[in-house]
Amino acid sequence: MNDRKGRFVSHPDDDATVIEGHAGADYYALMTEATRQLLIERGLLIQSDIDAVIASLEAPRPEWGAMIVARAWRDDAYRARLLADGSGAAAEMGFRIKEAQLVVVENSPTLHNLVVCTLCSCYPRSLLGQPPWWYISKSYRARAVREPRRVLAELGLVIPPEVELRVHDSNADMRYLVLPMAPADSGTLDEAALAKLVTRDAMIGASLAGKDATMPFGRSKPHG
Amino acid sequence: MPRFSAGARVYIVDLGKTGHVRIPWYVRYKEGEIERYCGAYANPEDLAYARHDRPKVDLYRVRLRQTDLWPDYDGEKRDTLDIEVYDHWLEPAGDEP
Repeated sequence: MNDRKGRFVSHPDDDATVIEGHAGADYYALMTEATRQLLIERGLLIQSDIDAVIASLEAPRPEWGAMIVARAWRDDAYRARLLADGSGAAAEMGFRIKEAQLVVVENSPTLHNLVVCTLCSCYPRSLLGQPPWWYISKSYRARAVREPRRVLAELGLVIPPEVELRVHDSNADMRYLVLPMAPADSGTLDEAALAKLVTRDAMIGASLAGKDATMPFGRSKPHG
Repeated sequence: MPRFSAGARVYIVDLGKTGHVRIPWYVRYKEGEIERYCGAYANPEDLAYARHDRPKVDLYRVRLRQTDLWPDYDGEKRDTLDIEVYDHWLEPAGDEP
Protein backbone atom coordinates (compact mmCIF):
# COMPACT_ATOMS: atom_id res chain seq x y z
CA MET A 1 0.00 0.00 0.00
CA ASN A 2 1.02 3.61 -0.41
CA ASP A 3 0.83 6.42 2.09
CA ARG A 4 -0.63 9.84 1.30
CA LYS A 5 2.63 10.96 -0.30
CA GLY A 6 2.70 7.90 -2.52
CA ARG A 7 5.46 6.14 -0.63
CA PHE A 8 5.19 2.40 -0.41
CA VAL A 9 4.38 1.16 3.06
CA SER A 10 5.02 -2.47 3.77
CA HIS A 11 2.50 -4.68 5.44
CA PRO A 12 3.81 -6.24 8.64
CA ASP A 13 4.20 -9.96 8.62
CA ASP A 14 1.42 -10.27 11.10
CA ASP A 15 -0.36 -13.58 11.31
CA ALA A 16 -3.24 -12.63 13.58
CA THR A 17 -5.33 -15.28 15.20
CA VAL A 18 -7.92 -16.57 12.79
CA ILE A 19 -10.98 -18.71 13.16
CA GLU A 20 -10.40 -21.36 10.56
CA GLY A 21 -7.32 -23.53 10.30
CA HIS A 22 -6.45 -22.41 13.79
CA ALA A 23 -3.58 -24.62 14.87
CA GLY A 24 -4.17 -25.67 18.43
CA ALA A 25 -7.96 -25.75 18.24
CA ASP A 26 -7.95 -29.18 19.88
CA TYR A 27 -5.78 -27.83 22.65
CA TYR A 28 -8.23 -25.04 23.42
CA ALA A 29 -11.20 -27.40 23.30
CA LEU A 30 -9.47 -29.61 25.84
CA MET A 31 -8.55 -26.65 28.05
CA THR A 32 -12.15 -25.41 27.94
CA GLU A 33 -13.47 -28.77 29.02
CA ALA A 34 -10.87 -29.10 31.79
CA THR A 35 -11.72 -25.60 33.04
CA ARG A 36 -15.44 -26.43 33.04
CA GLN A 37 -14.83 -29.55 35.10
CA LEU A 38 -12.64 -27.71 37.59
CA LEU A 39 -15.13 -24.87 38.05
CA ILE A 40 -17.91 -27.35 38.75
CA GLU A 41 -15.77 -29.51 41.06
CA ARG A 42 -14.87 -26.48 43.13
CA GLY A 43 -18.45 -25.29 43.35
CA LEU A 44 -17.87 -22.05 41.46
CA LEU A 45 -20.39 -22.95 38.75
CA ILE A 46 -23.21 -25.42 38.46
CA GLN A 47 -24.05 -27.17 35.22
CA SER A 48 -27.39 -25.38 34.93
CA ASP A 49 -25.55 -22.00 34.80
CA ILE A 50 -23.64 -23.22 31.77
CA ASP A 51 -26.76 -24.68 30.17
CA ALA A 52 -28.59 -21.37 30.63
CA VAL A 53 -25.82 -19.42 28.89
CA ILE A 54 -25.69 -21.91 26.03
CA ALA A 55 -29.48 -21.72 25.68
CA SER A 56 -29.37 -17.92 25.49
CA LEU A 57 -26.65 -18.13 22.84
CA GLU A 58 -28.65 -20.62 20.82
CA ALA A 59 -32.05 -18.90 21.08
CA PRO A 60 -31.59 -16.07 18.53
CA ARG A 61 -32.25 -17.06 14.95
CA PRO A 62 -32.69 -15.46 11.52
CA GLU A 63 -36.48 -15.58 11.91
CA TRP A 64 -36.22 -12.87 14.56
CA GLY A 65 -34.53 -10.53 12.11
CA ALA A 66 -37.05 -11.49 9.44
CA MET A 67 -39.90 -10.33 11.71
CA ILE A 68 -38.21 -6.93 12.02
CA VAL A 69 -37.72 -6.67 8.25
CA ALA A 70 -41.34 -7.62 7.55
CA ARG A 71 -42.58 -5.00 10.01
CA ALA A 72 -40.40 -2.37 8.34
CA TRP A 73 -41.85 -3.28 4.93
CA ARG A 74 -45.42 -2.84 6.17
CA ASP A 75 -44.98 0.14 8.51
CA ASP A 76 -43.16 3.24 7.25
CA ALA A 77 -42.98 4.84 10.68
CA TYR A 78 -41.39 1.69 12.09
CA ARG A 79 -38.92 1.61 9.17
CA ALA A 80 -37.90 5.18 9.93
CA ARG A 81 -37.31 4.33 13.59
CA LEU A 82 -35.40 1.18 12.61
CA LEU A 83 -33.03 3.13 10.37
CA ALA A 84 -32.53 5.84 12.99
CA ASP A 85 -32.04 3.50 15.97
CA GLY A 86 -31.79 -0.19 15.15
CA SER A 87 -31.44 -1.38 18.74
CA GLY A 88 -34.43 0.69 19.90
CA ALA A 89 -36.65 -0.53 17.07
CA ALA A 90 -35.63 -4.15 17.73
CA ALA A 91 -36.51 -3.67 21.41
CA GLU A 92 -39.99 -2.49 20.40
CA MET A 93 -40.53 -6.00 19.07
CA GLY A 94 -39.08 -7.63 22.15
CA PHE A 95 -35.58 -8.33 20.83
CA ARG A 96 -32.81 -7.08 23.05
CA ILE A 97 -29.64 -6.31 21.12
CA LYS A 98 -26.80 -7.19 23.47
CA GLU A 99 -24.01 -5.84 21.28
CA ALA A 100 -23.31 -2.09 21.44
CA GLN A 101 -25.63 -0.88 18.67
CA LEU A 102 -27.54 -2.33 15.79
CA VAL A 103 -27.11 -0.30 12.59
CA VAL A 104 -29.70 -1.10 9.92
CA VAL A 105 -28.73 -0.31 6.33
CA GLU A 106 -31.42 -0.16 3.67
CA ASN A 107 -31.18 -1.51 0.14
CA SER A 108 -32.82 0.51 -2.63
CA PRO A 109 -33.00 0.41 -6.43
CA THR A 110 -29.72 2.40 -6.46
CA LEU A 111 -27.88 0.89 -3.46
CA HIS A 112 -27.01 -2.62 -2.32
CA ASN A 113 -25.40 -3.25 1.09
CA LEU A 114 -23.13 -6.14 2.08
CA VAL A 115 -21.81 -6.92 5.56
CA VAL A 116 -18.46 -8.49 6.44
CA CYS A 117 -16.16 -8.55 9.45
CA THR A 118 -12.63 -8.57 8.08
CA LEU A 119 -10.92 -8.85 11.46
CA CYS A 120 -12.88 -11.72 12.97
CA SER A 121 -16.57 -12.64 12.80
CA CYS A 122 -18.60 -9.80 14.34
CA TYR A 123 -22.27 -10.39 13.59
CA PRO A 124 -25.57 -9.46 15.27
CA ARG A 125 -25.60 -12.75 17.17
CA SER A 126 -28.10 -11.64 19.81
CA LEU A 127 -30.65 -11.19 17.00
CA LEU A 128 -29.73 -13.60 14.18
CA GLY A 129 -27.84 -16.28 16.09
CA GLN A 130 -24.48 -17.63 15.00
CA PRO A 131 -23.12 -16.52 11.63
CA PRO A 132 -23.02 -18.95 8.70
CA TRP A 133 -19.75 -20.82 8.19
CA TRP A 134 -18.76 -18.86 5.09
CA TYR A 135 -19.11 -15.54 6.92
CA ILE A 136 -16.17 -16.44 9.17
CA SER A 137 -14.07 -17.96 6.37
CA LYS A 138 -10.85 -16.16 5.56
CA SER A 139 -11.66 -16.01 1.86
CA TYR A 140 -15.00 -14.25 2.39
CA ARG A 141 -13.48 -11.84 4.90
CA ALA A 142 -10.65 -10.92 2.54
CA ARG A 143 -12.55 -10.83 -0.73
CA ALA A 144 -15.77 -9.13 0.40
CA VAL A 145 -13.89 -5.84 0.79
CA ARG A 146 -11.47 -6.36 -2.11
CA GLU A 147 -13.72 -7.61 -4.92
CA PRO A 148 -17.26 -7.66 -3.56
CA ARG A 149 -18.97 -7.69 -6.96
CA ARG A 150 -17.08 -10.83 -7.95
CA VAL A 151 -17.91 -12.52 -4.66
CA LEU A 152 -21.60 -11.78 -5.08
CA ALA A 153 -21.60 -12.78 -8.75
CA GLU A 154 -20.07 -16.13 -7.87
CA LEU A 155 -23.02 -16.55 -5.52
CA GLY A 156 -25.46 -15.80 -8.28
CA LEU A 157 -26.20 -12.22 -7.31
CA VAL A 158 -25.13 -9.82 -10.05
CA ILE A 159 -25.28 -6.20 -8.93
CA PRO A 160 -26.04 -4.00 -11.96
CA PRO A 161 -23.36 -1.39 -12.76
CA GLU A 162 -25.74 1.49 -12.07
CA VAL A 163 -26.30 0.26 -8.51
CA GLU A 164 -23.82 1.37 -5.86
CA LEU A 165 -22.41 -1.53 -3.86
CA ARG A 166 -21.59 -0.51 -0.30
CA VAL A 167 -19.63 -2.88 1.91
CA HIS A 168 -19.84 -2.50 5.68
CA ASP A 169 -16.80 -3.71 7.59
CA SER A 170 -18.19 -4.67 10.99
CA ASN A 171 -14.84 -4.06 12.64
CA ALA A 172 -15.62 -2.48 16.00
CA ASP A 173 -18.68 -1.74 18.16
CA MET A 174 -21.60 -1.64 15.71
CA ARG A 175 -23.45 -4.66 14.36
CA TYR A 176 -25.21 -4.57 11.01
CA LEU A 177 -28.50 -5.75 9.57
CA VAL A 178 -29.34 -5.26 5.91
CA LEU A 179 -32.94 -4.22 5.24
CA PRO A 180 -33.56 -5.84 1.85
CA MET A 181 -36.05 -4.55 -0.68
CA ALA A 182 -39.49 -6.10 -0.48
CA PRO A 183 -40.13 -8.44 -3.42
CA ALA A 184 -42.21 -6.79 -6.12
CA ASP A 185 -45.06 -9.28 -5.86
CA SER A 186 -45.44 -9.13 -2.08
CA GLY A 187 -47.96 -6.28 -1.90
CA THR A 188 -50.88 -8.23 -0.51
CA LEU A 189 -49.05 -10.43 2.00
CA ASP A 190 -49.33 -9.92 5.74
CA GLU A 191 -46.31 -9.59 8.01
CA ALA A 192 -46.09 -13.29 8.87
CA ALA A 193 -46.08 -14.25 5.19
CA LEU A 194 -43.59 -11.51 4.36
CA ALA A 195 -41.20 -12.68 7.08
CA LYS A 196 -40.98 -16.05 5.34
CA LEU A 197 -39.44 -14.30 2.32
CA VAL A 198 -36.54 -12.92 4.37
CA THR A 199 -33.54 -15.22 4.52
CA ARG A 200 -30.51 -14.97 6.73
CA ASP A 201 -28.33 -14.28 3.69
CA ALA A 202 -30.61 -11.45 2.56
CA MET A 203 -30.03 -9.75 5.92
CA ILE A 204 -26.25 -9.97 5.32
CA GLY A 205 -26.64 -8.68 1.77
CA ALA A 206 -25.48 -11.92 0.16
CA SER A 207 -28.81 -12.53 -1.53
CA LEU A 208 -32.13 -10.82 -2.17
CA ALA A 209 -35.32 -11.34 -0.22
CA GLY A 210 -38.11 -13.35 -1.73
CA LYS A 211 -36.02 -15.84 -3.60
CA ASP A 212 -37.82 -18.65 -1.85
CA ALA A 213 -35.10 -19.53 0.60
CA THR A 214 -32.42 -19.47 -2.07
CA MET A 215 -29.23 -19.92 -0.13
CA PRO A 216 -26.32 -19.18 -2.43
CA PHE A 217 -23.78 -20.29 0.13
CA GLY A 218 -25.75 -23.31 1.27
CA ARG A 219 -27.09 -24.01 4.71
CA SER A 220 -24.28 -26.18 5.95
CA LYS A 221 -20.62 -26.66 5.38
CA PRO A 222 -20.17 -28.88 2.34
CA HIS A 223 -17.06 -30.56 3.65
CA GLY A 224 -15.66 -31.22 7.07
CA MET B 1 -18.50 17.17 21.78
CA PRO B 2 -17.19 14.95 18.98
CA ARG B 3 -14.33 16.35 16.93
CA PHE B 4 -15.90 15.58 13.54
CA SER B 5 -19.39 15.96 12.10
CA ALA B 6 -21.05 13.97 9.35
CA GLY B 7 -19.62 14.93 5.98
CA ALA B 8 -16.18 16.00 7.30
CA ARG B 9 -13.22 14.73 5.28
CA VAL B 10 -10.82 12.67 7.37
CA TYR B 11 -7.55 10.83 6.97
CA ILE B 12 -7.00 7.50 8.72
CA VAL B 13 -3.56 7.39 10.28
CA ASP B 14 -1.32 4.48 11.18
CA LEU B 15 -0.49 4.62 14.88
CA GLY B 16 1.80 1.62 14.61
CA LYS B 17 0.24 0.07 17.67
CA THR B 18 0.35 -3.63 18.35
CA GLY B 19 -2.15 -5.69 20.28
CA HIS B 20 -5.92 -5.65 19.98
CA VAL B 21 -6.20 -2.97 17.29
CA ARG B 22 -9.48 -2.76 15.36
CA ILE B 23 -8.30 -0.57 12.48
CA PRO B 24 -7.32 -2.89 9.61
CA TRP B 25 -4.33 -2.13 7.45
CA TYR B 26 -6.27 -1.64 4.26
CA VAL B 27 -7.87 1.60 5.49
CA ARG B 28 -4.76 3.19 6.97
CA TYR B 29 -3.27 6.11 5.00
CA LYS B 30 -6.65 6.50 3.28
CA GLU B 31 -9.06 9.39 3.10
CA GLY B 32 -12.79 9.26 3.57
CA GLU B 33 -15.81 11.08 4.87
CA ILE B 34 -17.53 10.87 8.25
CA GLU B 35 -20.82 9.03 7.73
CA ARG B 36 -22.01 9.35 11.33
CA TYR B 37 -20.88 9.74 14.88
CA CYS B 38 -21.58 6.48 16.74
CA GLY B 39 -21.03 7.60 20.34
CA ALA B 40 -18.22 7.02 22.84
CA TYR B 41 -17.08 3.50 23.63
CA ALA B 42 -14.44 1.77 25.67
CA ASN B 43 -11.25 1.60 23.60
CA PRO B 44 -10.69 -2.03 22.55
CA GLU B 45 -6.95 -1.35 22.64
CA ASP B 46 -7.34 -0.96 26.43
CA LEU B 47 -10.26 -3.28 27.00
CA ALA B 48 -8.39 -6.31 25.65
CA TYR B 49 -5.90 -5.87 28.51
CA ALA B 50 -8.55 -5.32 31.19
CA ARG B 51 -7.74 -1.62 31.51
CA HIS B 52 -11.28 -0.69 32.46
CA ASP B 53 -10.42 2.67 34.00
CA ARG B 54 -9.45 4.37 30.73
CA PRO B 55 -11.71 7.05 29.25
CA LYS B 56 -14.11 6.16 26.48
CA VAL B 57 -13.23 7.24 22.97
CA ASP B 58 -15.37 8.67 20.19
CA LEU B 59 -16.25 6.29 17.40
CA TYR B 60 -17.24 7.25 13.86
CA ARG B 61 -18.30 5.46 10.72
CA VAL B 62 -16.12 6.56 7.82
CA ARG B 63 -17.14 6.12 4.20
CA LEU B 64 -14.38 5.49 1.65
CA ARG B 65 -14.44 5.04 -2.10
CA GLN B 66 -13.38 1.57 -3.18
CA THR B 67 -11.21 3.09 -5.91
CA ASP B 68 -9.30 4.97 -3.19
CA LEU B 69 -8.79 1.78 -1.20
CA TRP B 70 -7.66 -0.35 -4.13
CA PRO B 71 -6.00 1.35 -7.10
CA ASP B 72 -6.88 -1.66 -9.29
CA TYR B 73 -10.45 -2.04 -8.00
CA ASP B 74 -12.40 -3.66 -10.82
CA GLY B 75 -15.94 -2.91 -9.63
CA GLU B 76 -17.77 0.35 -10.25
CA LYS B 77 -16.41 3.81 -9.43
CA ARG B 78 -19.56 4.47 -7.38
CA ASP B 79 -18.82 1.60 -4.95
CA THR B 80 -18.07 2.48 -1.36
CA LEU B 81 -17.04 0.94 1.95
CA ASP B 82 -18.09 2.02 5.45
CA ILE B 83 -15.91 1.20 8.44
CA GLU B 84 -15.78 2.20 12.10
CA VAL B 85 -12.78 4.25 13.21
CA TYR B 86 -11.94 5.54 16.70
CA ASP B 87 -11.14 9.22 17.03
CA HIS B 88 -7.43 8.82 17.78
CA TRP B 89 -6.92 7.12 14.39
CA LEU B 90 -8.32 10.14 12.52
CA GLU B 91 -6.89 13.45 11.35
CA PRO B 92 -8.66 16.16 9.38
CA ALA B 93 -7.96 15.48 5.71
CA GLY B 94 -5.49 17.83 4.11
CA ASP B 95 -3.38 18.34 7.25
CA GLU B 96 0.02 17.07 6.27
CA PRO B 97 1.65 15.45 9.30
